[in-house]
Amino acid sequence: MSTQTAKAGTAKSDTTKSDTTKPRLKTSAMIASIAGADQRTRSAPFGHALVELAKKRPEIVGLTADLGKYTDLHIFAQAYPERFYQMGMAEQVLMAAAGGMAREGCIPFATTYAVFAARRAYDFICLSIAEENLPVKIVCALPGLTTGYGPSHQATEDLAIFRGMPNLTIVDPCDAIDIEQAVPTIADHPGPVYMRLLRGQVPVVLDEYDYRFELGKAKLLRDGGEVLIISSGLMTMRALEAAKRLERDRIGVAVLHSPTIKPLDTETILREAGRGGRLVVVAENHSVIGGLGEAVAGTLLRAGVTPPFRQIALPDAFLDAGALPTLHDRYGISTEQVVAQIKGWL
Amino acid sequence: MVSERQGGSATPQADGGNRLTAELARRAYNIRRHALRMGEVQGQGYVAQALGFADVLAVLYFQALRYNPADPHWEERDRCLLSIGHYAIALYAALIEAGVLPETEIESYGSDDSRLPMSGMASYTPGMEISGGSLGQGLPIAVGVCLGLKRKASRSFVYNLLSDGELNEGSTWEAAQSASHWQLDNLIAVVDVNNQQADGPSSQVMSFEPLEARWQSFGWHVARVDGNDLAALSEAFDSARNLQEPKPRVIICDTRMGRGVPFLEGREKAHFIRVDPDEWALALEQLRLEA
Repeated sequence: MSTQTAKAGTAKSDTTKSDTTKPRLKTSAMIASIAGADQRTRSAPFGHALVELAKKRPEIVGLTADLGKYTDLHIFAQAYPERFYQMGMAEQVLMAAAGGMAREGCIPFATTYAVFAARRAYDFICLSIAEENLPVKIVCALPGLTTGYGPSHQATEDLAIFRGMPNLTIVDPCDAIDIEQAVPTIADHPGPVYMRLLRGQVPVVLDEYDYRFELGKAKLLRDGGEVLIISSGLMTMRALEAAKRLERDRIGVAVLHSPTIKPLDTETILREAGRGGRLVVVAENHSVIGGLGEAVAGTLLRAGVTPPFRQIALPDAFLDAGALPTLHDRYGISTEQVVAQIKGWL
Repeated sequence: MVSERQGGSATPQADGGNRLTAELARRAYNIRRHALRMGEVQGQGYVAQALGFADVLAVLYFQALRYNPADPHWEERDRCLLSIGHYAIALYAALIEAGVLPETEIESYGSDDSRLPMSGMASYTPGMEISGGSLGQGLPIAVGVCLGLKRKASRSFVYNLLSDGELNEGSTWEAAQSASHWQLDNLIAVVDVNNQQADGPSSQVMSFEPLEARWQSFGWHVARVDGNDLAALSEAFDSARNLQEPKPRVIICDTRMGRGVPFLEGREKAHFIRVDPDEWALALEQLRLEA
């Protein structure tokens, strides 16, 4: 299973040897799209949704730490240059200043990469924003394993870091639809929000389902009798693809999408997991430690609901650099690996 | 209702200047007295900083700042951000003297369920704008407050109170470059230089001079004054406020820990002092005699 693929030490050559039977993909660009070749996509859904919202909400401002183009905030900057603040490559002042603007009535959307917000600016988000419950919206690209740049840019533990922060709402949307619907919703939320962002050409998936983003709500996208996958972010996309493939083998897979990581929709999760007779699998684009999987596990245990339980997650390790399809396969979060793992557990 | 206090300039007349200084001295004495009384409640604390910084706070609250004691959230107030959260005892003393907090709360200082915790937090105390204490956050927050005020075309100033030790924090300098970039002429930083931080003299823990040159190189207007000289402080705050250049301003205040109480001024390791129960009366008496 994926969580056992963490390699010890730094023997990169050993890892690559095992892949010699496959074509060696070129290392992807930092901001490679996660969209598959056959997927429908929309360009910069966050930027366009924010522009749309800003027409009605003059208090919305945008701030970034030299990553406007790479978080799709440049769309907003072009539409509202007088409401856009380029703070330079200074994440600490980015977050604290966003808190300062929120004190004066603004609703700041502050963007950077997930690694820099979670690792570098944590204390500033905690004390300058969350402690006073200020309405700053922190929107971060490259969550989990969505870049081939290696540990400097891979935010594999951002949810583990942020889940411990009081007052902070955490959102991990699946696709362009989810992002577009989440933007006005998180703007309306009176407190701080951390949202993981898929940027650039973002897949469109959820329009095939009867779905509407609601903050704090998990939504059952499809039902099935053998397996319940609880997932967030891009792993919901993978879960839906895996469910279709498993259906061909007469394995019924339900998919419960939980885009709000905190506060978790424990009621829906307990109801679905408590139906009995199903393997519960939590799939997330995040370390096996401290993310959705452990949040769900804690919820189930505390309620005395104990179905067979497995996690599909990234290993507790600094991950390799490389092309995303290679890495997603290597660490068990590609559709093929999701299918293989579930078949192995049944 | 207490009327709004209009911040601004010292009285221009020559004798008026003397009158103002005398009034500020009276306020500074009271601020020190309130701080000592709070210190006595706990038997220890950041009392030496409060004594050293009392003159700066007197000029801030009784000359420079615009505020309404009855309405700490008055929209047109100047914002006074206490980045140095451990100086809360000093700010409470000033807020009591300013009529924002009642003097009767002195005895609750640092106690369970008090509105006056030992480290300043916005959610606890009227007149406390931010939750400082994680040093290096105040100036970055101030940058955002200044930007937010400019969006509203507000005339309010933002004062951010920081210390020499806090200049160790890189985020302070991120904010210094940002404030200059955004031409924040509504920002006045006040740095208390008492050359004392947790592990010893600030200049030995991490050398910080030449301070004026450092701030100037970041694009700030700089004034450096004796922070225990009321007339010099009065002039520096006026100049900072009246400057026409589109720059942030910093007033570097060299202060003496324990100022006004000779036996505390002479103490070593004065960052967090302990005072014996029978010494508080002596401290108050020395303060009275010095005044």
